[in-house]
Amino acid sequence: MLNFSKTKIISIYLIFLFISIFSLSNFFELDGIFFNKKVNLGLDLRGGSYLLLEVDSSSLEKKRLQSKVIPLKKKLRESKIEFDNFSVNEKFIQFSIKNKDLKNFEKFFNEKNNNNINIFLAKFNSFELEFESIDKQINVFLSRHGILNLRSAAVDQSIEIVRRRIDEIGTKEPSILKRGSNRILVELPGIKNPERVKELLGKTAELTFRLVTDDPNEFGNENFILKDTQEEISVSKRIILSGGNLVDAQPKYDNRNNEPIVVFALDRLGSQKFGKATTKNIGKRIAIILDNEAISAPVIRDSITGGNGTISGNFSFQTATDLALLLRSGALPTPLSVVEERTVGPDLGKDSIKAGTISLIVGFLLVIIFMTLKYKSFGIIANLSLISNLLMLLGILTLLEATLTLPGIAGVILTVGMAVDANVLIFERIKEELGKENSNIQAFDLGFKRSIVTILDANITTLIASVILFIFGSGPVKGFAVTLSIGLITTLFSAYFISRHLTSVIVFNNKEKKFLI
Amino acid sequence: MKHVPNYNFVGNFKISNLSSLFLVLVSLILIFFKGLNFGIDFKGGTLIELRVDSKIVGIADIRSSFSNINLGDLNVKQFGKEGDYLIKFEKKNFDDKNNIKTIKENVKNKLQTDVNFRRVENVGPKVSAELLNSGLLAITLALGAMLFYIWVRFEWQFSVGSILAIFHDVLITIGLFSFLSLEINLSIVAAVLTIVGYSMNDTVVIYDRIRENLSKFSSSKIEEITNTSINETLSRTIITSLTTLLALISIFVLGGEILRGFALAMIIGVIIGTYSSIFVASPILKYLNVSYKTIAKDQENN
Repeated sequence: MLNFSKTKIISIYLIFLFISIFSLSNFFELDGIFFNKKVNLGLDLRGGSYLLLEVDSSSLEKKRLQSKVIPLKKKLRESKIEFDNFSVNEKFIQFSIKNKDLKNFEKFFNEKNNNNINIFLAKFNSFELEFESIDKQINVFLSRHGILNLRSAAVDQSIEIVRRRIDEIGTKEPSILKRGSNRILVELPGIKNPERVKELLGKTAELTFRLVTDDPNEFGNENFILKDTQEEISVSKRIILSGGNLVDAQPKYDNRNNEPIVVFALDRLGSQKFGKATTKNIGKRIAIILDNEAISAPVIRDSITGGNGTISGNFSFQTATDLALLLRSGALPTPLSVVEERTVGPDLGKDSIKAGTISLIVGFLLVIIFMTLKYKSFGIIANLSLISNLLMLLGILTLLEATLTLPGIAGVILTVGMAVDANVLIFERIKEELGKENSNIQAFDLGFKRSIVTILDANITTLIASVILFIFGSGPVKGFAVTLSIGLITTLFSAYFISRHLTSVIVFNNKEKKFLI
Repeated sequence: MKHVPNYNFVGNFKISNLSSLFLVLVSLILIFFKGLNFGIDFKGGTLIELRVDSKIVGIADIRSSFSNINLGDLNVKQFGKEGDYLIKFEKKNFDDKNNIKTIKENVKNKLQTDVNFRRVENVGPKVSAELLNSGLLAITLALGAMLFYIWVRFEWQFSVGSILAIFHDVLITIGLFSFLSLEINLSIVAAVLTIVGYSMNDTVVIYDRIRENLSKFSSSKIEEITNTSINETLSRTIITSLTTLLALISIFVLGGEILRGFALAMIIGVIIGTYSSIFVASPILKYLNVSYKTIAKDQENN
């Protein structure tokens, strides 16, 4: 165990140097491809906001089901199936048909190709809709995979919109990730006030232009209270133009009265639609509806054919800016709600770094002093191995560009305390063997050999616990699992190779002397 | 030159086991009847850490500045330095997106001074329930994994012994948290998992020695072997616990308010874990009739 070939020694220290050299870039400003990596500081250390958003897809499910109504009725008529008692609720489209038509209905309902009602989802090998027939009644509902498909599409689309909105706000290095089936994790380093971001993300920003009318029409009307004048208006449900046709929106001051307004530009299709509608309805009022709120309802004075328009509505410049931002970045498919929020101010982060560093240094010194007092020259070996352990730990964290959190620092300190265990196990074993064996070399040899199994067993158990913590932990706690796990691995390396080699050097140079550990 | 201590541990097993049993029972009673002081991570709610000028604002002012908004059960306490306060409440109307903004503005207006909001955490009821479940699942899985590892590396009797020791450590640590009404949050779960790892680590070292001695002194009784093994590994057990405690005490004293609960849980866990590997895990081998035969089968197979 104590014999090291030259190649072995060289490779041990090369590995050590190679790994630990990466830790340097955290302390000095170094250039070059090798040193462009750094340990990331977690939000709890650098300050910032962690927001977990949930996509509420239940309204989408209802909408989706509703969108099936007209094509379904049409298809039923085309197929000459008589239906009765047609109704839609949150979960079902319900109607009754004659028993003889059931086969026919099932045939077109479960047709795989060109089925524009019940779409076949190849990804899941399943249909979007299912039906059950109870007596004469048919209940059509979204299948499990249909809901899943709808949800994941909504989440993907929401992530895209969230990213656009956050980019527009101009936050540094935001991280936006999908979490589970219906959540989005947003991390915003350095942000002090997440309130504005939350406000902006909380709005779906569904914009529609619709005519103000008292005439009953085929789409129906609904009533709104105008936000600017508190006037009650009746608005047609027919949508002339929606936010989807917008290509740009900017805040501006109105030339006439110096009030903040939002100027928008439309795409080609939007311009055509808007031009037609405004030409036909000069003198009427057009309502601008955002997220079920009527912002304003100006009178159409001229036909607007150039594809540009303005929205006014008692804005402050800030609200006009936010509205323009929301319109530019597009509408969310469904509202997002913040289900978890953690914000740390930059000064608390700095305090935490300071406290973490001080307790690391103190803990480290305490352990080093203790080991030196207890084991004398072998204590120094243990300490050298501890230092190399820490350098490698930092090196690996840097290589992986891992995120260091406050609990992560605690993990490093704990590693300091527990890493010497390997050395202690070895030294204590050697001490025992020295009492039994004649030669120093033999005692050291056996001591290492016998303790290594124990060291492996002991460290693997802790490693198992910290890997499980890594899988299940969230946020800063995950950082603890990262440093502890890597720390255990570097501990094994430094104990098995570095302290063993350093010990062998001492032992070979002092073959005759009695060792007192 | 070599000095192996020779304390009579086995002779004290009866007393120690009775007191362990007593402590575990008391802990269980505390956990079930007094309950645990769950933080917002597991209960849901809002936490605000703020800093004000302690010369102008006192704790009563902080409390009254929150009182005009109905936030339910409000908990205000000093947090670390003077002028630092931690405010916790279980908010019911979680849907209000501007709640925190409203609260912040309200507090600033009422206190009429600059308020530094150092930390704001808000956990919804759904997420907190999930965090609690995943925490419990993680601990259960960790225990299962340990059981399996020891069963593979040793014999089933050793698995039983080490798992009972871990249960002992975790229950007493949590029981103490219940007794002292200390907050249980995500970092405590991390601490408990680390305690599980540490306690296991400590037990494995003694078990390794017991197994080695069982094959070396095959005719000796398990009591003798256990006693010798504990004594032989005693100085390692103590030194490692000491260095780990040194590191933890450093976190506890200097690591700041946020890490304090974690460090305390770990300190308690390390002390109990060290105790249990000697006084809980080892006697169980005797109760399960472990002898040379138990490990002999395994060695033939190897």
